[in-house]
Amino acid sequence: MTRLRRLSAFLRNTWRGLTSMRTALILLFLLAIAALPGALLPQRSLNPPRTADYIARHGWWGELLDRLQFFDIYASVWFSAIYLMLFISLVGCLLPRMVEYARSFRARPVLTPRNLSRMPHHVTGETATDPDEVVAKAGARLKGWRTEVREEADGSRTISAERGYLRELGNLVFHFAMLGMIVALAVGKLYNYEGQVIVVANGSQFCNSGTASFDSFRPGLRVDGTDLNPFCLRVNELDVDYLDNGQADQFTVKMEHQAGEDLDNGTWRPYDLRVNHPLRIVGDRVYLLGHGYAPTFTVTFPNGEQRTQTLQWRTVDDLTLLSQGALKFDPPGITDSAERRQKQIAITGLFAPTAIYDGTLLSSSHPELRDPAVAVDVLRGDLGLESGSGQSIFDIDQALVDSGRLNRVARENLTVGEELTLDDGTRVRFDGVDRWGYLQVSHDPSQVWVLVFSIAMFLGLGLSLVVKRRRFWVRATPSGDGFTVVTVGGLARTDQAGYGEEFSRTASTLFTLLSPRRSP
Amino acid sequence: MPVNETLSTYSDWCYGAATLIYVFAMIGYAIEQAFTRTAKKSEVAVLVGAGGPEVDTPDGGPAYGRVEAGAGRSRAERAGRVAVALTALGVALHLGSLVLRGVATQRAPWGNMYEYGMATMLVAVIGWLVLMRKFDVRRMGVFVLTPVVILMFLGGTVLYTEAAPVQPALQSYWLVVHVSAAIISSGLLLIPGVFSLLYLAKVRHDADQSRFARLGPKLPDADTLDRLAYRTTIFAFPIYTFGIICGAIWAEAAWGRFWGWDPKETVAFVAWVVYAGYLHSRATAGWRGSRAAVINSVAFAVVVFNLFFINLVVSGLHSYAGG
Ligand code: HEM
Repeated sequence: MTRLRRLSAFLRNTWRGLTSMRTALILLFLLAIAALPGALLPQRSLNPPRTADYIARHGWWGELLDRLQFFDIYASVWFSAIYLMLFISLVGCLLPRMVEYARSFRARPVLTPRNLSRMPHHVTGETATDPDEVVAKAGARLKGWRTEVREEADGSRTISAERGYLRELGNLVFHFAMLGMIVALAVGKLYNYEGQVIVVANGSQFCNSGTASFDSFRPGLRVDGTDLNPFCLRVNELDVDYLDNGQADQFTVKMEHQAGEDLDNGTWRPYDLRVNHPLRIVGDRVYLLGHGYAPTFTVTFPNGEQRTQTLQWRTVDDLTLLSQGALKFDPPGITDSAERRQKQIAITGLFAPTAIYDGTLLSSSHPELRDPAVAVDVLRGDLGLESGSGQSIFDIDQALVDSGRLNRVARENLTVGEELTLDDGTRVRFDGVDRWGYLQVSHDPSQVWVLVFSIAMFLGLGLSLVVKRRRFWVRATPSGDGFTVVTVGGLARTDQAGYGEEFSRTASTLFTLLSPRRSP
Repeated sequence: MPVNETLSTYSDWCYGAATLIYVFAMIGYAIEQAFTRTAKKSEVAVLVGAGGPEVDTPDGGPAYGRVEAGAGRSRAERAGRVAVALTALGVALHLGSLVLRGVATQRAPWGNMYEYGMATMLVAVIGWLVLMRKFDVRRMGVFVLTPVVILMFLGGTVLYTEAAPVQPALQSYWLVVHVSAAIISSGLLLIPGVFSLLYLAKVRHDADQSRFARLGPKLPDADTLDRLAYRTTIFAFPIYTFGIICGAIWAEAAWGRFWGWDPKETVAFVAWVVYAGYLHSRATAGWRGSRAAVINSVAFAVVVFNLFFINLVVSGLHSYAGG
């Protein structure tokens, strides 16, 4: 029994502690401090190779940090814990206070204090205007204020005025919007996904049909990749405009898309995808993240059959777009797998959009397609395609070369249209080049809510900082000799900053409205 | 789009001239500061308006009427007035430099760190000129112009970038909106950053006259410093918030997500939270005053850290540093 009571006391105290405003603010600070190392340490989600490199270079220290999730801070247990506690604390702290706020938003101006000269701002004067008229004139002057006229026991008339109620409203809106935003962000974390895919810009298609359509895919916590929004893209052309210095000026992906009914009746709609202008389609967004070159080669086998392939090569120099890659061909018409494995052909090497040569060594001087050329090695033998283990599309398996099962049979520089001939009569022709685009498909069902809440936060914040809640009182007391003593007092309910000016203005115009005291 | 070399050269000259003139203005303020004996007591303001009664402010607090200086200006005061004139001249050249850059490159002149720093400092100085009209704080000019001159100098040497077009990610009207909000708010926030530090000095001095013995008596009263810092902050903070929101909107269109904990985003968030802490501390009993001022100074330090350290040392998606 006592144990139960102790437990409930403990729970109550914990709840109180957790939901005090100070705790919420401390948690908020903690969140900020916890976020900070992420700006200084490489993060896996942003840059995996640099993270791996960092860990490797820092030995046990790197590993320790890794174990403590310092390279995945924003998905780490401790970051999420702070986030969750902040949320609970905010709910507990804000809800009761907001009831109070809402009440004060509707409140009438309070009674005029007995002694107005104790107020931070006050003025006293004498006038020949009688109390009723003083109050009437003051009431007319205080347009826009919420006012309340009262009569006191000694015959004084008072007017209490208050304005700046919107401040409370702004405050309410701000804090609730912040709560809403935290929820929206969490929902986003559960239901978002992001997939990347390379598409060659020669009319190739991509369909958002499942995780397998992507080269890489990062699902939210509640996404398994089976239920993606269906749409298809056809990438026709990728144009890049360059400045003279080789800096890219603008990228344009000329594509077509279809979704919904279009998928059934085969309608394609055109779209020009640019940086800063993603394609927005059935709740998903498509971005262009990068680009590069995809050379095309045709191999003519001794029996006369031809095979043509176009494949993306990876960029090895971002400035000149010198690229490197591999194409792999199976000889046609050979059914015996042992024999086939002696005649497979790989083309590897470098591609330069604007060729320059150092002797015969190819490199590139400009990223634009001005004088494309390739420097290729042609290899023949076993490519290891049947071994079942995945291979990089950009490389051949070096182990097969080392073991002598794959042999170099030619090395040559080719420009577009040129071909080389192997000793068995096989011809390899460099046909030309297409561009590829690195596309990202993103899905975040709650991001529009994040936007709505952030705008509400901004407006609420603006209101609560711009509007000042302030009070203004006038007391008109008959002085007994036919005159009226007028006392005016003012109090800024929130921060004092800036009320003095306005108070003085209001008070002085009020006094100019009253008749001056006649000399007796 | 080609860059107009002639105009960009003129822009560089204006920048250099503005920096130099700020140095002279700084010296002027420093002279005034050094030769003023004590802070003027704020005098009783007389309400303007026919036959208005005298308004006394019993808490010795704000006297907002324009307070006229006594007859016969001291030499110190003349140095101060010259400094203000020089500041205004500096602003004109500074503005000229920014506009010429914009015309030379045919784009908003804040596409790299150099330009960003230049525009931010311009806002800081303009903010200071406005503030001087509202408050009697001219003698504090040296404390505002010193960081400005240092940052201008660093900007013109370490960060200097040739006028050039910007890369595709920056070609967006969000560049104009987001970055100008960041510029205006961080420029203005320099002022509360400085005044919170001065406030801390003043409070220490008030508690123990031997601390900041030379500086203390020349500072305006603590209340004025505090109010100045607060009012500038609540003006700049919503702009800062707006800037972050615009940044997120732009990032959604340019980078594929509205928030990705890019280093720059992260530190902007941290600064925002610290400013929020400042606002709350001002509304919390026991935290007003010194603690609030410390928080405000820390917040500005985070803003500066974001501008320099993050841009120059940590590489992220924000591509200013490379130019
Ligand atoms: C994260 C950023 C936050 C910002 C920018 C913010 C902003 C503000 C602002 C501008 C005010 C008015 C302050 C004033 O009177 O001058 C305020 C008041 C208040 N805030 Fe926040 N707030 C934040 C977080 C929080 C949190 C985490 C809580 C926790 C429960 C909270 C609870 C309150 C309460 C209760 C008030 C009324 C305080 C008073 O007027 O005495 N706020 N907030």
